[in-house]
Amino acid sequence: MLLAIDFALIIEKLILIVIVVMASLVIAMYATYGERKIAAVLQDRRGPNRAGPFGILQPLADGLKLFFKEEIIPDFSSKFLFILGPSLAMLTAIMTSAVVPWGDTVHLFNRDISLQIADVNVGILYVFAVVSMGVYGIMIGSWASNNKFSLMGGLRAASQIISYELAMGIALIALLMVTGSLNLKEMVQQQQAGNWNIVYQPLGFLLFLICAFAECNRAPFDLSEAESELIGGYHTEYSSMKLGFYLFSEYINMFISSVIMATLYFGGYDIPFVNELNYNPNLMAALGVVALMVKVVCFIFFFMWVRWTIPRFRYDQLMNLGWRILIPLALFNMLATGALVLLKQNNWHF
Amino acid sequence: MQALTNRVKQVDRRKMSFLERLYLVAIFKGMLITFSHIFKKKPTINYPEKTRPFSPVFRGLHILNRDEEGRENCTACGLCAVACPAEAITMEAAERQTGEENLYREEKYAARYEINMLRCIFCGLCEEACPKDAIYLSETFAPADYQRKQFIYKKEELLIPHPIEEPDAYKKALGNRAKKETVN
Repeated sequence: MLLAIDFALIIEKLILIVIVVMASLVIAMYATYGERKIAAVLQDRRGPNRAGPFGILQPLADGLKLFFKEEIIPDFSSKFLFILGPSLAMLTAIMTSAVVPWGDTVHLFNRDISLQIADVNVGILYVFAVVSMGVYGIMIGSWASNNKFSLMGGLRAASQIISYELAMGIALIALLMVTGSLNLKEMVQQQQAGNWNIVYQPLGFLLFLICAFAECNRAPFDLSEAESELIGGYHTEYSSMKLGFYLFSEYINMFISSVIMATLYFGGYDIPFVNELNYNPNLMAALGVVALMVKVVCFIFFFMWVRWTIPRFRYDQLMNLGWRILIPLALFNMLATGALVLLKQNNWHF
Repeated sequence: MQALTNRVKQVDRRKMSFLERLYLVAIFKGMLITFSHIFKKKPTINYPEKTRPFSPVFRGLHILNRDEEGRENCTACGLCAVACPAEAITMEAAERQTGEENLYREEKYAARYEINMLRCIFCGLCEEACPKDAIYLSETFAPADYQRKQFIYKKEELLIPHPIEEPDAYKKALGNRAKKETVN
């Protein structure tokens, strides 16, 4: 009897994993299409509109093109690491989605199925650990290329992510003071019951957002692939699908960090002003997933909107912003939040 | 220092304040600007589906004309070749034999007529020089090609389709010119 239930759980989780991975791949694929379309409309252009209606098949065509390109592994590169780099980038990008609560519990086939692959009680720490491993993909790839431009890009990526992770972590500590939990599902449930965390942590959210841009290596912080100075940055020597993996992992990272931001600060799968208890729970769970996706799409649009507005920072400006502005602000935010939390526990008496 | 012109702009070299160093205000302004561009009209024309309208005096590829019965107008007088400033036109004349009256309008015709489209500057002087209304510039331009020799257009490429045998193609080749004639 026990065994039977375990099998059902394994199947359920497997299906969920397949759906989540496929969904993040498809969303990342169409994020490339969205990126090109948004870039186009922001610049008074039309964007891809040849492959299929409204160019909807463009990502498929791009992927096919990358597959059919010649695969070049430079002679002077270290072969194993050269292949490991993009694989690691892709792997860490996808791994993050494991702890994200995609929706509420669904009741199907006499089972309560939680729309979350792993309900880890230190979920947000897991996310951080995996995301910061993502930089190894870039570093290993750039090192293995044995090319000074690649190495330069890798160096920049590494130092950038280290400096921005600090501010991001401190901004997160302030959030954890408010929620008192590291569990992503619990955070969402708290936000469903009360206010979204953005209300308590506006400054913290802003810092987190800026750091998320840096973590994703997105413009205006895309110094690691600054094409005007470093040719292609860390992926200068890459071609074919290995390059595709690097480019793709950037979009998956963007998707995942949008999901994380929506979950941490914007109530995750919570639909504002709707009381979940009064309706069919399955329907509400489905609508919750849709709500989360709507928030994510807004974030992804924001990512792209920023990319096509702001020019790239110079390297010293990037470091200045990280160390001398964001970290002090994050520290201030942490202290202020801590003081307010203490005051509240003391019923607003000093 | 005295300025040399009245267009000098003083550059503000003050140190940036903390708010400015955050860049947030400037970024917000910039993002509003880019956002407003979403709603602007796109100047792009979807080319193969829509084409930009040509000016009525546009001078494109040459066409060797025929009359209503489908006879070639050209008498190989050479005036177009003489008029051509780019020396793009060459031709060889021949005498019309009996039985060829349905092919050529007059006793002399061009056995070979070539225009080098890479030399041609599309000035239209050939059209002006022609006494027989045998050559005119259409509203199409020369398509791209891989070889230079493909740009030397022979009679086959230049001649207008036969008005009786291929009336649709003839009308299409005439294009705006047909309308112009009815207007005048």
